Amino acid sequence: MALEIITANRLGDGLVIFLTADGWSARIDEAAVSESKDATAALLARAEADAGLVVGPYEITVEQQPDGSLHPVKYREALRTRGPSVRTDLGYQAA
Amino acid sequence: MYVYDELDRGLVNERVEEFRDQVSRRISGELTEEQFRPLRLMNGLYLQLHAYMLRVAVPYGVLSSTQMRKLARIARVYDRGYGHFTTRQNIQFNWPKLEETPDILAELAEVEMHAIQTSGNCIRNTTADQFAGAAADELEDPRIWCEIIRQWSTFHPEFTFLPRKFKIAVTGAVSDRAAIKVHDIGIVLVQGADGEVGFEIWAGGGLGRTPMIAKKIRDFLPAADLLSYLEAMLRVYNRFGRRDNKYKARIKILVHEIGADAYRDAVEAEWADIRDGALALPEQEISRIREAFTPPAFEVLDTASTAFEARKFEDRGFARWVASNVRRHKVAGYAIANISLKPAGGIPGDATAEQMDAVADYADRWSFGELRVAHEQNLVLPHVRQDDLYDLWLALGSVELDAPNIGTLGDIIACPGMDYCSLATARSIPIAQQISERFADLERLHDIGSVSLNISGCINACGHHHVGNIGILGVDKKGEEFYQVTLGGQADENASIGKIIGPGFASDAIVDAIETIIETYLSVRQDDESFIGTLNRLGQTPFKEALYGTA
Repeated sequence: MALEIITANRLGDGLVIFLTADGWSARIDEAAVSESKDATAALLARAEADAGLVVGPYEITVEQQPDGSLHPVKYREALRTRGPSVRTDLGYQAA
Repeated sequence: MYVYDELDRGLVNERVEEFRDQVSRRISGELTEEQFRPLRLMNGLYLQLHAYMLRVAVPYGVLSSTQMRKLARIARVYDRGYGHFTTRQNIQFNWPKLEETPDILAELAEVEMHAIQTSGNCIRNTTADQFAGAAADELEDPRIWCEIIRQWSTFHPEFTFLPRKFKIAVTGAVSDRAAIKVHDIGIVLVQGADGEVGFEIWAGGGLGRTPMIAKKIRDFLPAADLLSYLEAMLRVYNRFGRRDNKYKARIKILVHEIGADAYRDAVEAEWADIRDGALALPEQEISRIREAFTPPAFEVLDTASTAFEARKFEDRGFARWVASNVRRHKVAGYAIANISLKPAGGIPGDATAEQMDAVADYADRWSFGELRVAHEQNLVLPHVRQDDLYDLWLALGSVELDAPNIGTLGDIIACPGMDYCSLATARSIPIAQQISERFADLERLHDIGSVSLNISGCINACGHHHVGNIGILGVDKKGEEFYQVTLGGQADENASIGKIIGPGFASDAIVDAIETIIETYLSVRQDDESFIGTLNRLGQTPFKEALYGTA
């Protein structure tokens, strides 16, 4: 199965975040990776238990690079990890 | 401008405090997202791709310099230093924090602004001709009637949960700059048999996945009957509009399915019951609102200004800007100055906080403190003395707001697309940027002349692609951005829906395709025929052949 991670938006400021082994991170590379349907369901259940902190968690498919970094397969999700393609001074890509 | 009375102020302030309480209850965990989502949407707060987005209503596109400065402040203090003016004459902030939104709304309330009814299945902000109160071809200032509609529709208890959202547009001029025929209800101010001003009423227009041109419902509605008639129209829609299918819930589907005659009959029957009731507008109330829109203290000037003519003669750049961005004013010696938010390669509709502050200053200096937002995502200084245009133009240049391209191929309407919007299926802005770069040469741009090019990043058509002379719709084709092209759309009094020219284009081919269309036009146009004129004369064939060959 393709690799999956869980993403959502943070309640307080709406920014994009990813579920990690022990919480949430703005860095996709720190996301907890699922390799099975069951593992994805378990991660999603954990994410949904954080409904007081995050909005709308859902799973996305990613590819892992040899250096360990994670890249979303869909362009929309890649944009979410970076920020607007037309304003590279904004979003995570600016950091 | 209309100034809030105690009732308006009370309503808006109460709503701010109510939302502040709702936000704190969401953050404390007392409210779930499911419970909170409809509440934040009622206050214009969406969750988009990267962050929250706050859509602030600009009532019928009218802003004072004070309000514009407040928008600049919000961009600077609470957001990332810019705002995006939309195709519904509103402004969107792309990075507000939930926790700070009540403070933003409280600041907006200080200048009589809010985000109420900028989302949800209710009557949205009424839009109008951006030249209202200034246009030379205007019968009467439509803002009077927009304000009356605003007061009637704000928190209207019966129309808070309509089958779907509802948009009304009003024009008081012969040339329709408000795209009234692609609105749920379109209103045109007209003169009755005895010379009195009333309304021509249209219904059932709209874009989105099922684009339709509105049908005329009434030739003449007396002014006093405006609200009772609108109420009857909304009631019939509220009762018979489809709630079983979101995609068939707009009034255009109802009018299309039962027919304009049946819809009209139902409205007239409903209206007969309520016409002389509480909604009949007393002359006194109309006068009260009319007074709020008393024209500013225009000076008595000559129609032609020799200084202005001399400047045009001396400075070609100025002459070009005047030719494309300045329009005739109803008062001698004055002009309407359009401020393009479409620099070549720029993001259509975006303005920085510094630019907003600058145009607020220019409005104070040269336009009685008044500003307008156009649905084409530009700004307008409605009342500028011809003698002041040169200084204004120089000032605009100092903040990179002097693009001389209103109504040209550079003046592209584009929705935020996938760069910001969670509904989008493709990006819009980069296509707009590439096209405006490709046609950045001003000689060429002005030789091409008047042509509208509109881009939407999904079927919902916020970028009005159906009514662009050239329309581009971004779709997702197996994970790749793909662009369909329509030709022949018009948003004015000759409103029409564009037709798909053929198979779509990949993102690296769409700009070339547009250039091919334009080159084809230039090669077959007669004299000073506009793009749409050529297209209407020859049809799609020459364009199709140029794009796809004759096979």
